Amino acid sequence: MSTHAHRAAASDHEAHGHHDHHEMSFWEKYVFPLDHKMIGMQYFFTGVAMGVIGALMSYAFRMQMAFPGKAVPLFGLITPEFYNSMVTNHGSIMIFWFAMPVLIAAFGNFLIPLMCGCDDMVFPKINRLSYQIFLLSAIILLVSIFMPGGGFGSAWTSYPPLSSSATYNQTPYGAPMWLLAVALEFVAFLLGGINFITTLMNSRAPGMKMYDIPVVLWMIVIASILFMASVGPLIAGAVMLFFDQTMGTGFFDPARGGDPVLWQHLFWFFGHPEVYVVLLPAMGIVAEVLATFARKKLFGYKTILWTAIATGVLSFVVWAHHQFVAGIDPRMANIFTVTTLLISVPVTEMLFVYIATLYGGSIQLTTPMLFAIAFVAEFLIGGVTGIYLGASGADIYFHDTYFVLAHFHYTFIPIAVIAVFAGVYYWFPKMFGRMMNDFWGKVHFWGTAVPFNGIFLPLFYTGAAGDHRRSFDLLNFPEMNQPALIFARQFATVSLLVMLGFQVIFFINFFYSMFRGRKAGANPWNANTLEWVAPSPPPHGNFAELPNCYRGPYEYSVPGRSSDFWPQNEPAN
Amino acid sequence: MMESLIHAASSYAGEIDNVILVIAVLSTFWLVLAEGALFYFVFKYRRSKNPKAEYITGETKQQMKWIHWPHNLVLVCDIVILVFAVRSWYHVKQEMPPIDEEVKVVGHQWAWEFVHAGLDGQLGTDDDVATVDELHLVVDRTYKFKLEAADVLHSFSIPAFRFKQDAVPGRQIVGWFKPTKTGQYDVPCSQMCGIGHGIMGGQVYVHTADEYRQWLEKKSAKSAVISVKGVDQIAMNQGGI
Ligand code: HEM
Ligand SMILES: [Cu+2]
Ligand SMILES: [Cu+2]
Repeated sequence: MSTHAHRAAASDHEAHGHHDHHEMSFWEKYVFPLDHKMIGMQYFFTGVAMGVIGALMSYAFRMQMAFPGKAVPLFGLITPEFYNSMVTNHGSIMIFWFAMPVLIAAFGNFLIPLMCGCDDMVFPKINRLSYQIFLLSAIILLVSIFMPGGGFGSAWTSYPPLSSSATYNQTPYGAPMWLLAVALEFVAFLLGGINFITTLMNSRAPGMKMYDIPVVLWMIVIASILFMASVGPLIAGAVMLFFDQTMGTGFFDPARGGDPVLWQHLFWFFGHPEVYVVLLPAMGIVAEVLATFARKKLFGYKTILWTAIATGVLSFVVWAHHQFVAGIDPRMANIFTVTTLLISVPVTEMLFVYIATLYGGSIQLTTPMLFAIAFVAEFLIGGVTGIYLGASGADIYFHDTYFVLAHFHYTFIPIAVIAVFAGVYYWFPKMFGRMMNDFWGKVHFWGTAVPFNGIFLPLFYTGAAGDHRRSFDLLNFPEMNQPALIFARQFATVSLLVMLGFQVIFFINFFYSMFRGRKAGANPWNANTLEWVAPSPPPHGNFAELPNCYRGPYEYSVPGRSSDFWPQNEPAN
Repeated sequence: MMESLIHAASSYAGEIDNVILVIAVLSTFWLVLAEGALFYFVFKYRRSKNPKAEYITGETKQQMKWIHWPHNLVLVCDIVILVFAVRSWYHVKQEMPPIDEEVKVVGHQWAWEFVHAGLDGQLGTDDDVATVDELHLVVDRTYKFKLEAADVLHSFSIPAFRFKQDAVPGRQIVGWFKPTKTGQYDVPCSQMCGIGHGIMGGQVYVHTADEYRQWLEKKSAKSAVISVKGVDQIAMNQGGI
């Protein structure tokens, strides 16, 4: 392995070309690693741990929704301050410290070098720095919740003047620490993004042309570009907000010539592309799994690529659909309704392409495949309900109700939970060299996919009936204090308990299989892409011999061949 | 459809409900079609029934039409929805019909202050009647509201009217509504405004003209105009915070 030529060009990279000679210490290997796989693991475990914390928070406030004023086991009585802090930190954690690190950083780090057939990222030290900053940001966020005054409670959107003044939000430490944590998280992802893009562009296996790159890599890289292009304005906004909070400037204070609505533009200029930043990698994961287990070429590879790019571009011109009733010029709503409805076209197209991929397939319903199919089935519901909110007239009513909440959880849970599970079950053998148990995987699948609907379908109903989100006690409103609505809220909460319970099975299966699972060969699913050429788990440096690439990634069931797959690295004859 | 979930008590509630209905019909059609195709394929092409997959690139003209037709049809549906959405939006948010009366609404942490025009029907005169968390209106009368926020963002929302508008500090935002059914409806604040956001909810009482006059006379007798400071204190007491 020490004989192979390093393809990556950066000088930074040379630094670690020599440590094959000595055994790495525990610290070098697990705590300050340079290896992309280990950094991916660090991101994965930190992200999942944060996801568990975020889920526990949702347990706290869902219990309060269903049984207002009753003590919640583990949490006790939920005060309004605590409720707001839980909702805010749940939202922030789920997006910034769970979905982003797992979907982009963990899968991106693990998969990019393996799937494009090189030995590591171009800038491993930048990569390590990225994780360290990320970890720091997570710690700051968690600490902020326990500061005097409590955690930040002005919602994950952090609208000033509430968020900019401790007189109004009463969280003198929670608010600036939240902002600092978010800003650091952005720095971490900017560093990671640079790495992803350069590696995919410069370090591909010889012969891997643009259209031979697996969809998931395209998606992660397009997502990184979207993130980098959209985050600038928000960083500027965050600096202004931080000054307002800590130095008493008045960027968002109307009494001193500022404008609170300006923040909303900066936030959503980033915030809307952000949802596609997490969507695209999830779509990529699902594409890989669908092709492998349908034993089919993806229907219209180029269509997928171009619709993803079109979605990304359009996502920059829809932001004000979050602000229809925020007091912006009402004429703007018309323009943003047009752009928002337009974005439904590439997104439906992508989903149709995925469904069409199944046509004529030979479908193996393995655990990852079940999750991938569930992604498509559930995300469709999230997609169509978005139309109600993008249509300005209807959004006057739906804005800031539980209908919105149910809608975006029907997009985020398929993205951050269901697609992530598809990816974990699929690449687990590569990550740890062992198989996860398929039976318990399926039990976990049904225990996740069914109660998930049980949580959020009722919330469409309560939202359409007028339940407002971020409200710690809806019984305060006579119209919302009806038996049917109360029942629906309780049903949602009980479903959450069921869904959370089933996750225990996942964790047991995960950790048990990590050490005791059946040994996996290099290519247990008979898949085509290059990561399956490397041993499972791949050693430092990944490949015994760096592969060449001879064809596209989805040549399954090619007529005239005896085997139904055709690995990318296999020479033509 | 919406009326079975929540009262429709304003002149434009029906119109907004129609937009929602149009979207519901069109989007449910696509949803059922897509889910149907998905589950049908999964069932039909499972490995035990179809051991050998076909080789389809999805890149020939013939195959692409399976994507292009749905694509075009979705676009047509979008345009239909757009027409309904923009029409209702224009009517509710961009037009100002002839006004019968004005009312001032101010969001505070954490209560609504409503200033009624009083017996002379004019805002800004001595007989204005200010209330906390209760808005009194007359059925079938068109109101222009003047919406302000004293501290942070709030959102003036009356679900039964299908109406919502954020209140922004430093600005006065105007708009209108016309209640069409007598009764009592919620006015929850729908923009996160701090600790008391979850209990910041008023009620709107839609009266007949006679009832309203009686209420006004009783109120005016007590000359109940309250200072902004008073409003805050009342809100605090209410919330127990
Ligand atoms: C574990 C299952 C989950 C449940 C039961 C759940 C439930 C909820 C509920 C009930 C709220 C609203 C609370 C309120 O407005 O009063 C909420 C807010 C939110 N959730 Fe989740 N959620 C879950 C997972 C997720 C995931 C995976 C994501 C994203 C990746 C996410 C993102 C958000 C966001 C962005 C908010 C808005 C926070 C805010 O209003 O500031 N949630 N969640
Ligand atoms: Cu958006
Ligand atoms: Cu509020």
